[in-house]
Amino acid sequence: MARLDRKNSPRRIAVVAFAQLPNVRRDTEHEETELVLPVVNAALEAARLTRADIGFTCSGSSDFLLGRPFSFVSALDALAPWPPASESHVEMDGAWALYEAWVRLQCGDVDTALVYAYGKSSLGDLRDVLAQQLDPYYLAPLVPDSISLAALQARALLDAGGCSERDLAEIASRSRRAALDNPYAQVRKQSDVEELLAQPYLVAPLRKHDCPPISDGACAVVLAAEPAAHRCSERPAFITGMDHRIEAHSLGARDLTRSSSTRTAAEHAGATGRFDLAELHAPFTHQEIILRRALGLAPDVEINPSGGALAANPMMVAGLARIGEAAMRLSRGAGRRGIAHATSGPCLQQNLVCVLETD
Amino acid sequence: MEPCAVIGIGQTQHRARREDVSIPGLLREAAMRALSDAELTWKDIDAVVIGTAPDMFEGVMMPELFLADALGAAGKPISRIHTAGSVGGSTALVASHLIHARIHRCVLTLAFEKQSESDAMWALSPTIPFQPQLTAGAGGYFAPLIRAYMRRSGAPRHIGHLVAVKDRLNGVKNPYSHLKLPEIDLAKVEASPMLWDPIRHLDTCPSSDGAVAMVLSDAAGAGRTPRPPAWIHGGAMRSEPVMFAGRDQVNPRAGIDCATDVFAQASIRNPRRDLDVAEIYVPFSWFEPMWLENLGFCEPGEGWKLTEAGVTALDGDLPINPSGGVLCTNPIGASGMLRFAEAALQVRGMAGEHQVDGARKALGHAYGGGSQFFAMWIVGSDPP
Amino acid sequence: MSGEPIKVVPMHVRLEYTVTAGCTYSRYLLALAKKQIIGGRCPRCTKVYVPPRGSCPTCGVPTGEEFPISHEATVTTFCIVNIPFGAMPFPPPYVVAALLLDGADLPILHLVRGVSPDQVRMGLRVRAVWVSDAELAPTVESIRWFEPNGEPDADYSTYEAHL
Repeated sequence: MARLDRKNSPRRIAVVAFAQLPNVRRDTEHEETELVLPVVNAALEAARLTRADIGFTCSGSSDFLLGRPFSFVSALDALAPWPPASESHVEMDGAWALYEAWVRLQCGDVDTALVYAYGKSSLGDLRDVLAQQLDPYYLAPLVPDSISLAALQARALLDAGGCSERDLAEIASRSRRAALDNPYAQVRKQSDVEELLAQPYLVAPLRKHDCPPISDGACAVVLAAEPAAHRCSERPAFITGMDHRIEAHSLGARDLTRSSSTRTAAEHAGATGRFDLAELHAPFTHQEIILRRALGLAPDVEINPSGGALAANPMMVAGLARIGEAAMRLSRGAGRRGIAHATSGPCLQQNLVCVLETD
Repeated sequence: MEPCAVIGIGQTQHRARREDVSIPGLLREAAMRALSDAELTWKDIDAVVIGTAPDMFEGVMMPELFLADALGAAGKPISRIHTAGSVGGSTALVASHLIHARIHRCVLTLAFEKQSESDAMWALSPTIPFQPQLTAGAGGYFAPLIRAYMRRSGAPRHIGHLVAVKDRLNGVKNPYSHLKLPEIDLAKVEASPMLWDPIRHLDTCPSSDGAVAMVLSDAAGAGRTPRPPAWIHGGAMRSEPVMFAGRDQVNPRAGIDCATDVFAQASIRNPRRDLDVAEIYVPFSWFEPMWLENLGFCEPGEGWKLTEAGVTALDGDLPINPSGGVLCTNPIGASGMLRFAEAALQVRGMAGEHQVDGARKALGHAYGGGSQFFAMWIVGSDPP
Repeated sequence: MSGEPIKVVPMHVRLEYTVTAGCTYSRYLLALAKKQIIGGRCPRCTKVYVPPRGSCPTCGVPTGEEFPISHEATVTTFCIVNIPFGAMPFPPPYVVAALLLDGADLPILHLVRGVSPDQVRMGLRVRAVWVSDAELAPTVESIRWFEPNGEPDADYSTYEAHL
């Protein structure tokens, strides 16, 4: 079946605003509505829009993360959908909510969309919670926690000669240092590579710095189609292509050292050519290496100027935040073209790639 | 916008417990029937959109991750929608957007629930932190609303029971239906135990394991398909907050606005006259008259008269839920999509024994949460 | 038993979560510990919410001015729970009602006791019954239930907008 040429997509849609909460290890003060309201209000204000102007809203969150079914309903008060709003929700990272909103805008009948995501990873034991994300018949009963699964992947990469432990420590060090310039990041410090390598393994071959922090956070993004995009932002970051793909769930059925779904998504998103920056959703240091290779990024591309998921990893939010960070930095003149990536599932099972450009 | 059509529909044998299949097995039963109906294979599918109610119903977090393999999704996009009870409907709409926006040409959409694998009653009675747990089950939430409707409309007490009988007898004609109660009558419903006054046991939907799948296609695909397609003439979703001062939960504005939007898209000026059949989400019998009013088939307060007069019966002027509806089959995450799929079956002329003669335009309706999430579509035998 | 296919393998999962009530709801709970029911007025729509809200559901701003609300209420609608379940407060049948406290613009859900379930009706006037002073704590269980306060039934017009 011949594929329709995506470049003939009639509408140019841009990220015109991004707002986030400071990411923290544990927020004991605010419940869901109190997390979402400030980011939604800030994003709308930055986009010079009111709730009444928004044509479609989509959010991302997870019941299992928050510890109860229908949890997303309680955050709805922050959206204040009155009069009733056209609104949907994915039980996934907000990056997929943004994808759904982008598709909706391409239908042509609405011009702006609001996307938000929130997650409190501190409420339960995250490693136990994520063990429920696995095949219930064959994998979950073994209770393989998320760090151990990532360690399997890191071991595979190291053994294949794909990187060294020093390479991983350098990624950690760079991310934490970059985060010093990001007031919203959580892990922000100068960390000497030798000091990091001297630390004991957490789950070999991963050390604590190779793993993401546990974070509570929320963020919101506003999308607008042309010409509205130019009214909402001085320099909108246009999404020139976006795609997502998934791989087989079973870890033994795929090559953990390559991210084939990232490569496929990148092809369909038109992610070739030069990039000024890349925000990659790599919660583990070795995953950044895998993703850069899958995306074919040139060595001089700045990776994760925000500090990335190693500096703050609010579950269900971190992927959307990568898109927001990349877009915001481009809009502020950090470059003309950027790439944002989001992941879901164990060991980079599912991946989304978004290409952004300013005019 | 690219036109979008339903070219394949499949559903499982719905039952209280499907111990003969795993979750992937349940989904593949529906998916393979849909593919076979469309005479396509897994290779023809560009993307998968799946919907299901809270993860806790099966005890699996983000099930699309492990289901990707069974759904032929490796190498493809898959996403999972969750909008409470309306999810089956919103999932179908999200899938249709992929076609309308020309992102993909052929999309498989599914909705399912295998409630027997977890504790649905527990999951439906969430212990909201810091709130007392006063009642259990969705019925405890809706019973007061039904009481309020009865008061507002002056409807006689047996109206709900009429719906309970009608839908179960319709279900007898639906081979996939969970409940088949050919002996049901008004007396039996009135004698059944009172669960949450005024809702009796036989006024209540069952808890089912089940799945439904549809293959959606662009115009070119619909042109090639061997069986008549169901063309999407309109689709809309609306949400409102669950509790706010002055909220009308009996006749929610989100439902009215959603219906107004979808009718406008489909050029429906008089729903009572312009629609041939409707599959609407009725989990407790009294919701039929309530939704008839909310959807604009009649004036507020008059819905129960349509039911009482037999207008909504299979051989009536406006058949409602010829499939037996949610009262016969309720895998929660799938129920909304079952309404959308049954509406499509009707306009394709493929509803078998529960076919409404000459149905050419049908409404599929889903709702969820505290009557706060709505998803609807209109499908027709002709292209829009 | 051997040779029979295995159809079901029970797997029990236990996950513990520590949650917060949030700033706004915490103030409500702390007031209950002092035998006060507080409401919050939205600065935009001026509706009084009990409990106060982190975001007014129609306006998208936090409710502002907070003040004590009457303990007297009208039963707007209700249901009689007949089916038992694990954490139920009492053996069925018992009544759960949507109660419009005087001065509030939105009902709260709570139990109605001190009257036979078949006597409960829309418009019934009730009053909060508290636990003993020693048992008061920042929890909604500081209010045991609501029971009839002896006033004549409220006129339908006073609560029909809240149904």
